[in-house]
Amino acid sequence: MLEIKDLHVCVEEDPSEKILKGVNLTINEGEIHAIMGPNGSGKSTLSKVVAGHEAYEVTQGNILYNGESILELEADERAHLGIFLAFQYPVEVPGVTNKNLLRQAYNTIAEEQGREELDPLQFEDHAREQLKLIDMKEEFLERSVNAGFSGGEKKRNEIFQMAVLQPKLAFLDETDSGLDIDALKIVANGINELSGEDNAVVLVTHYQRILDYVQPDHVHVMIDGKIAKSGDKDLAIKLEEEGYDWLSEGASVL
Amino acid sequence: MSETEALESMVGGEYKYGFTTDVEYEDFPNGINEDIIREISRRKDEPEWVLEFRLEAFEKWKQMEEPDWPNVEYEKPDFDNIQYYSSTKKKDGKKPESLDDVDPQILETYEKLGIPLQEQKQLQGIAVDAVFDSESIFTTFKEKLAEAGVIFCSISEAIQDHPEIVKEYMGSVVPKGDNFYAALNSAVFSDGSFVYVPEDTVCPMELSTYFRINNMQSGQFERTLIICEDNSHVSYLEGCTAPQYQQNQLHAAVVELVALEDAEIKYSTIQNWYSGDEKGQGGIFNFVTKRGHCRGDNSKISWTQVETGSAITWKYPSVILAGDNSVGEFYSVAVTNQRQQADTGTKMIHVGKNTKSTIISKGISAGESNNSYRGLVKISPRADGAQNYSVCDSMLIGQTCGAHTFPYIESANPTAKVEHEASTSRVGEEQIFYLQQRGMDEDDAISLIVNGFAKEVLQELPMEFAVEADKLLGIKLEGSVG
Ligand SMILES: Nc1ncnc2c1ncn2[C@@H]1O[C@H](COP(=O)(O)OP(=O)(O)OP(=O)(O)O)[C@@H](O)[C@H]1O
Ligand SMILES: [Mg+2]
Repeated sequence: MLEIKDLHVCVEEDPSEKILKGVNLTINEGEIHAIMGPNGSGKSTLSKVVAGHEAYEVTQGNILYNGESILELEADERAHLGIFLAFQYPVEVPGVTNKNLLRQAYNTIAEEQGREELDPLQFEDHAREQLKLIDMKEEFLERSVNAGFSGGEKKRNEIFQMAVLQPKLAFLDETDSGLDIDALKIVANGINELSGEDNAVVLVTHYQRILDYVQPDHVHVMIDGKIAKSGDKDLAIKLEEEGYDWLSEGASVL
Repeated sequence: MSETEALESMVGGEYKYGFTTDVEYEDFPNGINEDIIREISRRKDEPEWVLEFRLEAFEKWKQMEEPDWPNVEYEKPDFDNIQYYSSTKKKDGKKPESLDDVDPQILETYEKLGIPLQEQKQLQGIAVDAVFDSESIFTTFKEKLAEAGVIFCSISEAIQDHPEIVKEYMGSVVPKGDNFYAALNSAVFSDGSFVYVPEDTVCPMELSTYFRINNMQSGQFERTLIICEDNSHVSYLEGCTAPQYQQNQLHAAVVELVALEDAEIKYSTIQNWYSGDEKGQGGIFNFVTKRGHCRGDNSKISWTQVETGSAITWKYPSVILAGDNSVGEFYSVAVTNQRQQADTGTKMIHVGKNTKSTIISKGISAGESNNSYRGLVKISPRADGAQNYSVCDSMLIGQTCGAHTFPYIESANPTAKVEHEASTSRVGEEQIFYLQQRGMDEDDAISLIVNGFAKEVLQELPMEFAVEADKLLGIKLEGSVG
């Protein structure tokens, strides 16, 4: 589904700022991946580059989605293909209700994918159903996108949006950070509900604890702009116990 | 020949109303002097007192200087090179009695503007006065309104048919010599609308005037007068568009509103005059004086404006809160893009006791434009318990535009409460990326952000026009990022 090949990325405005230095990663349908790694290692950058953020420039390598390069596509075109990013820092859009944003988003994507668009009433039903899934109050539909939301509510709202838009490939960038234990379970439950044979989820996380609820098929460690090690769930446990030091040395030898 | 849209495609194309209607005009000399003013009055067959009103205004205007305090820069109009009166040729030289007498090309123009005048196509529930250059072409639903006692017609007709009312009120809110452009207007004014709502009447329909400047040589100097007697209510909306010409045209209007006891006037504007091209060539100079007088106790006047057009905008719809407990409101969205400049705001003059005013201003600047809010809240010594609440928010799109606020507060009454809040924000890359990630293209993303920002104002518009205004904001800012 997604193949990231030898991806090198720098900051568009300052090409000397190299962030990703040769990332290789393959994600197949039906898989759940976790990416861990120290602060500033490039996890968010990788997610944003896949989603098409214009602040970054790909200097080498490629990103293939279903076999085709998406490097030339705008962020919205990538969204139309079914790529979704739950932001580490969700953005506030005052005056625009969650419902309005999502209906427009849903219908734009549906139109691009040749699926049926929903009228306001149908959409309302669809959105309410997804609200239940992540146990959010209905008033969230009418509230301005993320404006005045608590940290945890913003994260939950990202999952809600994912639930409404039903993407094929979702990057969840630290969606588990800042959630209380009940919210964590709810969000994990939401992720499990939404992942299936046809779609894939990439969890960017610092904590092993969400992996108690969402079973990853693969765990990767990103260090200094590269995937330093990949493994299964045991790798996450080891990281939690031992930190990243043992990998950094290994990585520098590579 | 039908309308040409050649210019429209040349200049960006996003301005949908830039076409020209090819009609024949009566000859009228350019320039301004006493003879010209007499000629305007003669052609309109006006009573002597109107001519005197004009001539007195002209005397005052000659003594006045064009103001230079607004935060805008432009080359001063050449007043001798403007045609102050522009009327189309009529079949038998008379004003059309029915739609059959109206030039089909003008009807087609209004249809194209989305305001069909023909009976079977008329907008439901909205009476329209269509003003083309200096003349009112037609007013719909007049009879139906008359049944309710409401008079809705052009000001010229009102001068002929209801002189006593016009005489009493015209110039009573905006005096002849109020300011440079108001004095000019008072000297040469032509058709705007006249509305009179008698006591205890809720106007049964939405009233609206659609202003169209077509003639390249002329300016538009319309005058509008709305009077609401005791315990009456009216909602009125004006829309404005003009063709795209390389040269600037002057629009200097005067609007006067009078609300008597317990009366309420809601006045909304969707201003979409041609704003010039990306180099700042052409576009309307929109220099307008709008003022409402809450003359009676418990009266209310509310201005809502969506200002998207014009090369230069200079207007301050104001309310004099004379009656006790009267209420003044000003809701404004002003969008500037490319080289547009706007200096707009309001004046709330609190005279009566327990008067209340609210100001919500949302300025949006993009391109290389400059957008200023200028507002005065004045509390007179008598105005015990007066209250004002103001919010002035600015939004910047891109790095090359400017936003400014000039709030003035003069309070001479210690019991008054005046609250002012202001904010400036920038539409960020992150905000746009967020919405794009959700599937919207860049233009839709900006449109959504801007509509969210302006929501408090847009929701004040009459329902029928809210959707239109929403779209307009989006179109206006297309391509303003990246
Ligand atoms: N637009 C940018 N301009 C300059 N530097 C940037 C930019 N974006 C990211 N960086 C830098 O790239 C590095 C990687 O950042 P990134 O946000 O991807 O890290 P991360 O792995 O997600 O960290 P965290 O765990 O703290 O979220 C950091 O040093 C960051 O400062
Ligand atoms: Mg991060």
